[in-house]
Amino acid sequence: MEYFVQQLINGLTLGAIYGLIAIGYTMVYGIIGMINFAHGDVFMIGAFVALISFLVLGIAGVTWLPLALLLVLLIAMFVTSAYGWAVERLAYRPLRGSFRLAPLISAIGMSIFLQNYVQIAQGARVKPLPPLIQGGFTFMEHGSFTVSLSYMQIIIVVLTLALMTAFSLLIARTALGRAQRACEQDRTMAALLGINVDRTISLTFVMGAALAAVAGMMFLLYYGVIDFFIGFLAGIKAFTAAVLGGIGSLPGAMLGGLLIGLIETFWSAYFTIEYKDVAAFSILVLVLIFRPSGLLGRPEVEKV
Amino acid sequence: MSATANRALLTVEHLTMRFGGLLAVNDVSFVASNREITAIIGPNGAGKTTVFNCLTGFYKPTIGRLTLDHGDHTFLLEQMDDFRVAQKARVGRTFQNIRLFPGMSVLENLIVAQHNRLMRASGYTLFGLFGTGTYRHAEQEAVEKARYWLDRVRLLDRADANAGALPYGAQRRLEIARAMCSDPVLLCLDEPAAGLNPRESAELNELLRFIKTEHEIGILLIEHDMSVVMGISDHIVVLDYGRKISDGSPEHVRNDPAVIRAYLGEEEDEAEAAR
Repeated sequence: MEYFVQQLINGLTLGAIYGLIAIGYTMVYGIIGMINFAHGDVFMIGAFVALISFLVLGIAGVTWLPLALLLVLLIAMFVTSAYGWAVERLAYRPLRGSFRLAPLISAIGMSIFLQNYVQIAQGARVKPLPPLIQGGFTFMEHGSFTVSLSYMQIIIVVLTLALMTAFSLLIARTALGRAQRACEQDRTMAALLGINVDRTISLTFVMGAALAAVAGMMFLLYYGVIDFFIGFLAGIKAFTAAVLGGIGSLPGAMLGGLLIGLIETFWSAYFTIEYKDVAAFSILVLVLIFRPSGLLGRPEVEKV
Repeated sequence: MSATANRALLTVEHLTMRFGGLLAVNDVSFVASNREITAIIGPNGAGKTTVFNCLTGFYKPTIGRLTLDHGDHTFLLEQMDDFRVAQKARVGRTFQNIRLFPGMSVLENLIVAQHNRLMRASGYTLFGLFGTGTYRHAEQEAVEKARYWLDRVRLLDRADANAGALPYGAQRRLEIARAMCSDPVLLCLDEPAAGLNPRESAELNELLRFIKTEHEIGILLIEHDMSVVMGISDHIVVLDYGRKISDGSPEHVRNDPAVIRAYLGEEEDEAEAAR
């Protein structure tokens, strides 16, 4: 029982990170119907920007942890958003209106480019960050096994919930959110009502990148090591999460992220850790076969 | 008639649109006035919708100048991006096939049309998230305006329904209401009476007359239904094979031999005589 609760906590933490990345996939797919395969690498950039900001702030003498965390969070979100914006501007916008596969190929190219760019700029070796947030609660202490809930895990889950709530409100309530939904449904008509479609799409990439930056920073703090290749696996997992939840659906991305995190953790805990990725991707295969529209997605209806 | 005479709102000069070897619109010029309904009619394929597409920034005309006069400022529509035509020059449009946002509620469809004002009021979204006073106020106004138009098109009781679930005639009315919510000075309607029954199209006439007189804007209308065209138009432009063949009051156009020929076909001996 203790073991189960512990895995549940670990799984939810991992799932929260996947969920944050998955939102970026699902929002971009929703608005331009394209999988942004460079999104995982934007997450990796976010982790690197967070690492560099931690070191720079350390040198600058900002040692009060809450302040440092807040500053790093803001810097990482801002810089990574700029990357997200630039990726859209350079690799996707010129291809809009071209054949469907063109931006997809461009996205894969962008992904390879970003990985190599970071590898050359930062080196290929893993980059460690000493644990900054230590400690936590322990409970259910009977027998030899105790369940621990670290402060880091609490921060991750709380921050994720706060961001997801904020984004759901943004999409549902604000003029920008309405414009995004309008562009999603009929881009031409949205333009005829005076909505700047290109800018709306740019902002969607910026929002996705900002969330990926938060995920990157949390990944860095949680695992303590990053390298230029973390974006690949995390990106594919988050993509799986978005498909599982129903691509294009915001609550679907969150639900999918949590499920993938839980499946992976429980598989590692009760079966073999080597095959945890196989478990996660088998889910992708099963979903694509039996429920292509995902858990919360709406089946695509052909327009007549 | 008030003291201010109707002024020329839209001036189309030498509009030509060529797609490869096809000349869809060939040297068409006309004027549409403020507080008037100008109908563009003509057989299928005459180039009516192409004219609309040039006006709303969908196509860049091959040749021609499209001037929209706001009174204090003029816009050259052929040089503007599609969303700026709606945003700055304030040209509203509806489509032949209905293009509502089917996944949104009826009310939301009308609020989306007021996007730019809300965007500005929300400080480009930053404050909208926190629900500051100015944004709330602007949103309240947007809802008021939406309700006004819903009332006009008799859809007030369906405000929260899904737009895609409305019956056909109601969707047509909602499209016009949405275009009006974007605050146009020129409203372009592409076959608004298509598929409406006689009672509904009489209602449409009523609505368009109301918009023209109460809101003092110009309406440009593509329509096949002659009861609508002859009933409400102040001015008719007739196109055939991309050329303008007649232009004038409904009386003038109705009796113009060129129009009769285009619609009914030339009689054998007339064709002979013409040779």
